[in-house]
Order: sequence, then structure tokens, then C-alpha cells
Amino acid sequence: MSKPKETINRGRRAFMGVAAGVTGVAVAPGVLLHTVVGAAPRSEPVTSAVRWGLLIDTARCADGCTACVTACNEENGLDLQVKPAGLSDEKWAQQRAVWIRKAKLQDNQTGRVTNLPLMCQHCERPPCVDVCPTGASFKRADGIVMVDRHTCIGCRYCMMACPYKARSFIHEKVDTQLTRAPRGKGCVESCNLCVHRRDQGEASTACVDACAREGSNAIVFGDLKDPNSQISQKLVSIASRQIREDLALNTGVRYANI
Amino acid sequence: MARAVVLGSLISVGLAGALCALAVQAAGGSFVVPGSQAATLDSCVEETDFMRRNHMEVIKHQRDATVHSGIRSTKHSLSGCVECHASVGPDGAVVPVDAKGQFCHACHAFTAIGMNCFDCHATVPRHPDLERSDPAQAPLGSTLLETGAVASERGEGN
Repeated sequence: MSKPKETINRGRRAFMGVAAGVTGVAVAPGVLLHTVVGAAPRSEPVTSAVRWGLLIDTARCADGCTACVTACNEENGLDLQVKPAGLSDEKWAQQRAVWIRKAKLQDNQTGRVTNLPLMCQHCERPPCVDVCPTGASFKRADGIVMVDRHTCIGCRYCMMACPYKARSFIHEKVDTQLTRAPRGKGCVESCNLCVHRRDQGEASTACVDACAREGSNAIVFGDLKDPNSQISQKLVSIASRQIREDLALNTGVRYANI
Repeated sequence: MARAVVLGSLISVGLAGALCALAVQAAGGSFVVPGSQAATLDSCVEETDFMRRNHMEVIKHQRDATVHSGIRSTKHSLSGCVECHASVGPDGAVVPVDAKGQFCHACHAFTAIGMNCFDCHATVPRHPDLERSDPAQAPLGSTLLETGAVASERGEGN
């Protein structure tokens, strides 16, 4: 991640995985709640006047804590996935849809260990959208990169294009879904910044709430275009970086202390 | 006799407007399932004849508005269909709308037209966090029909 500055040749960009050791994710069972704010559902189309993003302070991200992952799983029905009969635990761990992975990075020179949650980075110029043959992978006006599963044909080009390995494919028939989180065989999906909460006018995401409940407060959610938002204020005051900023994707998810 | 049984079950669950639903059944034939919210209403979100012919266009238009523009306030959402048309079985559990003989299945089986909606979408209203909080505070269009069975189906058991 500390490569010398290079000129980006958008025509022949190499889509590389995250260049550090990424550990597996331990998903702990548990029940988390979030309060439903009595806000009205959205009636006007989203606009580019806002751009949603996250700022993650890795210094506050505790080793071994998976609160954000668990909360994401429950918010988006990922905990309802059932291992197909006959599939080994090992294969299932690789195959099941995961929106946030807890990554542990080690600087090989100094040995410094960094923990961070890695999810869809909501790029301004998302490679997954570039490669999608049907237009199913798209960026919403408010900066959220998501999949229109009505149009997705499950080719998984986007999964190969994503430098963050943020996307998952649903391999098997799904029997139990939440009303707010449709999910079915043959489509790709990834973090959508709790889009149902955005459309209900709620203030945060499930991962942000969970992290705050743990007392870590490592994740800040907000509007990157509003100079007065908490996230913008924090981006002004502390140093932050994008993962694989050499790809010049201008991610909506920023990291401090890496 | 069959109508008497239907009528009896409707009264037993205490649904307002049951007589009206029965009148529709007797007059023109209705696939609205007794015990669903829809059975208590005079018509769907649009006129019944319009909905019979055009419901698929309505939800198809709505899905694009919702997915791409984030609009969730209109009355044409598929989750709205499910909320209103899912009935409650004798055991108190919500019956999936695509189960045999239920609202969606009944017509679609008769007309031999497959449905792909429920490959991905929930067939019963399922809002785990609302189920554990006060249903009176549920957002518009997400009234809960029943709570316990859905939660236990998820293996949560509270």
C-alpha cells in the first residue's frame, strides 16, 4: 500500500486483490437491536447532492471484535443463510455471502498489526460497474455502489474486477429472506451502506451502531459532500487514506491510522 | 356450506369488513384470502380490475424506482403486496403468499404463469427488529400481522 506514485493508465489497470494477508472472519452469534427512528420513507429520487461514506479509525478497531460483522449479518439477513447439504464447513466458509470481512494486516518490516473491517469501498469510479455486462452493477446518485438483482445474470465479472474482494455470490436457493433484504440464487451482492436505512431517513448503518455499542466508535458514517457532517469534519482533522489509493478509485470508505 | 365455514372462520378471527369480502366473493369471485389484511379492504391499492391486469407492470415500475432512486413511499411496493395479502393460518403463523392456494399462488397456478419474485423476496412480512420493539412504531406500510411464528422460524425464539 506504500507504493511510489504512478500515473494511472485507466485502459490497462490491473485489478489486484488487497496486498496484505487477509484473515478469515469469525462470525459470532448474537442478537443485536437497532431502534427504528420514526422517519418517513423517501418519496423523491436520490440525488448527487450527498455522497455517503465511512471513515474507519483502525486504531480503535479491536483485535478479535466482530461486532460490525455480526450486526451487518443480522441487518441484512446474512445470518439466515443455510449451508447446503453435503458441503464441507471449509467450502461453506469460502462460499457464504459476507459483506464485511475483518482483516488483520501486518507490516512485514516493523511487525505492526492493524485490524480493520473491509467492505465494499463505494468507489466513485467503481471497476465493478465498468465490467458489468448488463448494467446490474451500478452506482446510485448518492454514491452507493450496489447490484440491481433484477438485472444481474450472475456472471461474477464484478467479483473479479473488485480490488477489495467485497462481493459475494449466492450459490444456492435461499428460503428465508428479510423483507428489507431480498436475496436469491444466482446474483452477486455486497455492502450497500444499509440502503434501506438510507431510504427511511435513518442516521447510521448497522455496523456503525454496533461499533458504538461496543464502545469502540471506530466507524463514522455520513455525507462526504456536507462540510459540516461529522465524517467531513473528522476527515479534515485527522489523516486518512484509501485502501489501494494507487488505483485512483476515490473510495467512499476511508481509513485512518493505516 | 363452504361459505358458512368461511364466514364462521372470518368472524372467529374478528376481522372487520369480512362481510364485504364475502360479498365480493359471491358476486364476482375473489382470490383474496380470508384472514389477510386485504380481506378487510374494499379494493387493492388500485381498482381490482386494474390490478388483475396490470399488477406486474405496477411492481416492475416500482422496483426500478426503489432500487435506483431509493423511493419507498409509494403504495406499489411488492413488500406492500406481501404485507397485505399474507394470511394468518390456524396455528397463528403467517402463511407465505406463494404457498398452495394462497393469494399469489392461486391465480398463478390457474394461469400457469411462473413467478420469480419470491426467488429473492420474502413471502411473509419479516422484520426482525420491529418484531422485538413496539409494532405501533413500525414505519408506514410495514404493519405486522404476527410476530412469534416468524421469529421462531428464524430460530431466535427470543
